[in-house]
Amino acid sequence: MAAIFQGVGAAAPLSSSPSNSFDSNKSVFSPPRSFSVVRSDGIVNLNPKGRSAQRLISNAVATKADSPAASSSSKPGHELLLFEALQEGLEEEMERDPRVCVMGEDVGHYGGSYKVTKGLAKRFGDLRVLDTPIAENSFTGMGIGAAMTGLRPVIEGMNMGFLLLAFNQISNNCGMLHYTSGGQFTIPVVIRGPGGVGRQLGAEHSQRLESYFQSIPGIQMVACSTPYNAKGLMKAAIRSENPVILFEHVLLYNLKERIPDEDYICNLEEAEMVRPGEHVTILTYSRMRYHVMQAAKTLVNKGYDPEVIDIRSLKPFDLHTIGNSVKKTHRVLIVEECMRTGGIGASLTAAITENFNDYLDAPIMCLSSQDVPTPYAGTLEEVTVVQPAQIVTAVEQLCQ
Amino acid sequence: MALSYLRSSSSRSANLLRPLSSAASLRRPISTDTTPITIETSVPFTSHQCEAPSRSVETNPSELLTFFRDMALMRRMEIAADSLYKAKLIRGFCHLYDGQEAVAVGMEAAITKKDCIITAYRDHCTFVGRGGTLLEVFAELMGRQAGCSKGKGGSMHFYKKDSNFYGGHGIVGAQVPLGCGLAFAQKYSKDESVTFALYGDGAANQGQLFEALNISALWDLPAILVCENNHYGMGTAEWRAAKSPAYYKRGDYVPGLKVDGMDALAVKQACKFAKEHALKNGPIILEMDTYRYHGHSMSDPGSTYRTRDEISGIRQERDPIERVRKLVLSHDLATEKELKDIEKEVRKEVDDAIAQAKESPMPEPSELFSNVYAKGLGAESFGADRKEVRATLA
Repeated sequence: MAAIFQGVGAAAPLSSSPSNSFDSNKSVFSPPRSFSVVRSDGIVNLNPKGRSAQRLISNAVATKADSPAASSSSKPGHELLLFEALQEGLEEEMERDPRVCVMGEDVGHYGGSYKVTKGLAKRFGDLRVLDTPIAENSFTGMGIGAAMTGLRPVIEGMNMGFLLLAFNQISNNCGMLHYTSGGQFTIPVVIRGPGGVGRQLGAEHSQRLESYFQSIPGIQMVACSTPYNAKGLMKAAIRSENPVILFEHVLLYNLKERIPDEDYICNLEEAEMVRPGEHVTILTYSRMRYHVMQAAKTLVNKGYDPEVIDIRSLKPFDLHTIGNSVKKTHRVLIVEECMRTGGIGASLTAAITENFNDYLDAPIMCLSSQDVPTPYAGTLEEVTVVQPAQIVTAVEQLCQ
Repeated sequence: MALSYLRSSSSRSANLLRPLSSAASLRRPISTDTTPITIETSVPFTSHQCEAPSRSVETNPSELLTFFRDMALMRRMEIAADSLYKAKLIRGFCHLYDGQEAVAVGMEAAITKKDCIITAYRDHCTFVGRGGTLLEVFAELMGRQAGCSKGKGGSMHFYKKDSNFYGGHGIVGAQVPLGCGLAFAQKYSKDESVTFALYGDGAANQGQLFEALNISALWDLPAILVCENNHYGMGTAEWRAAKSPAYYKRGDYVPGLKVDGMDALAVKQACKFAKEHALKNGPIILEMDTYRYHGHSMSDPGSTYRTRDEISGIRQERDPIERVRKLVLSHDLATEKELKDIEKEVRKEVDDAIAQAKESPMPEPSELFSNVYAKGLGAESFGADRKEVRATLA
């Protein structure tokens, strides 16, 4: 197959059609209400309602509650916090498809350690919202086994770091069974949980597993960062036939935003344009998005025009959006929370260099966390992750 | 042998019309004879936290002859795989099941295709028991397109979704949580079927087993954990690996049953009992006392950690096929010659399948990139220099 990879312009957009994520074979249940897939540049495909509002969140910092994100012109939408958005997405999917079930520690009666599954056990019962014992390896395996028969479990790791205990199941069984069985089995699981560096949670509870999982063939990884994309990605992940790992962040659960009332999903393989610009492309995801936006305010005051893209899809990378941006700005800065060695930024640097080297005017800069266990002391922890000031300095360096 | 077993194998249809040369001997309609016979198992069952089933097993001539034929087929298949491996047509790992055939065959006799079976890497015969064809087996072993996993899985990754055979797993013990997940799905969909999750005496020491067992017992899942105890975890004897080699008792609060795994009828009885139990009371552990003649895999001679006397002793005294042969002969269900003919037929079947498998082509290069994801994501994959091979992951 010698397809010439134009990469940037000619390649078709990485499908944003709703049929990609919506399994129309589920005819047993009443079809969902009409829904729309919104691309990051605001173009809506196949939506009879024809929403036209630009959905750019040009200023989304965690502390501000007055999100200027324009809601749909047709309905006012409703405001909620990120964990509530996740819960809403999960609840809607569980209602829509009786094969969806949730398993994890304290997800049922306790309501979830971050309240993402609050109220679900009462509504759907103990067989669909399952409190597991503290046995990650086996309950992840059980979720995957159940998925082999057609169920769609959503497996929660109370903290992503605990899923290291289930690495074998995730790598060998979750990722590879579709291939080694010659396509006989699909594994439609969603593995989700909070990760990332929090507020002095200590080394073992501040892990970034996206760097460990990224090599596993056969899985998809996405990271949510706003209530809007949290709900959208959750729903898309549940509907996807592939195993999807949804990375949430401990510090982002209380973000507030107004989201549409109607059913919508976010494309799993697409990046989100947060702030278009001309001078430099800043690629980021999850919590670092907010550090970047904070730095962007400073940069704008200093006269720079950064283009901020929330890559969202950690595996596979949305090289279409990224490539278009690189073609425009010729400078790339990656801001991530993974450690320097072997993180998402390292892979992204390699991918961009290989594909878009001709468009780069300067070497790619990658700001990552330090290669150390996250310390407990607040001041040390702050230095471990990338701070806005460092982002500003990096952009200034890049744009010299 | 005019009234042969009307099996689905197409190559056999020619054998149905054999000349009735020895017309003098009486032709017994053995293939369809379902007159019940009651046979006692070799040893009584030992139970833990439950009442052992009776030693008397109901069977019939047809079933016994099916056992004989199936086990002979499996035995022949494994021996043929041995030769193919030595001829370097099969590479990598090849774990042979000869000696343990009674477990696969007895289990199938007790259950339906709606029940799920999941096992580890010693899966060739279990796959055949679930309805897999010899062609699929040999083609997969040789990495050809006609294999059950299109040549991409290999010896340790046989699957057959339509008869609920879930593999085929390389990592020791990891299939048990998967099996409990299958049982969970069965309970979720309320379809009155059970899952048999097989593992070995080596895997019995894995923590995830106990985790899965705990969850299964908590949630009352119809999971039956079957320990195929062939007494050696690769080169380590069970007494050197397990403080308590009474694997059927390891469940503690979960009932267990110890079964002579070389006696297909005992296996059948135990599985029947286990299925009834699991549907009502949740998980149960079965320990099949069995033995493998080959080493752990083809790279293991199998004689450095056990004596040849032990192997030949078991072969003489407990061989599953010989046991059924003796039963058949003593109950006068078939003659020596008929049984030998079955073995000859089986041998031919295996040879034909191997010949057919050899003709199957290797997978296309594009198959490298297919079935990575369930739906094409447009994700690109490249050769090492990023120029030679360029494909979209499908």
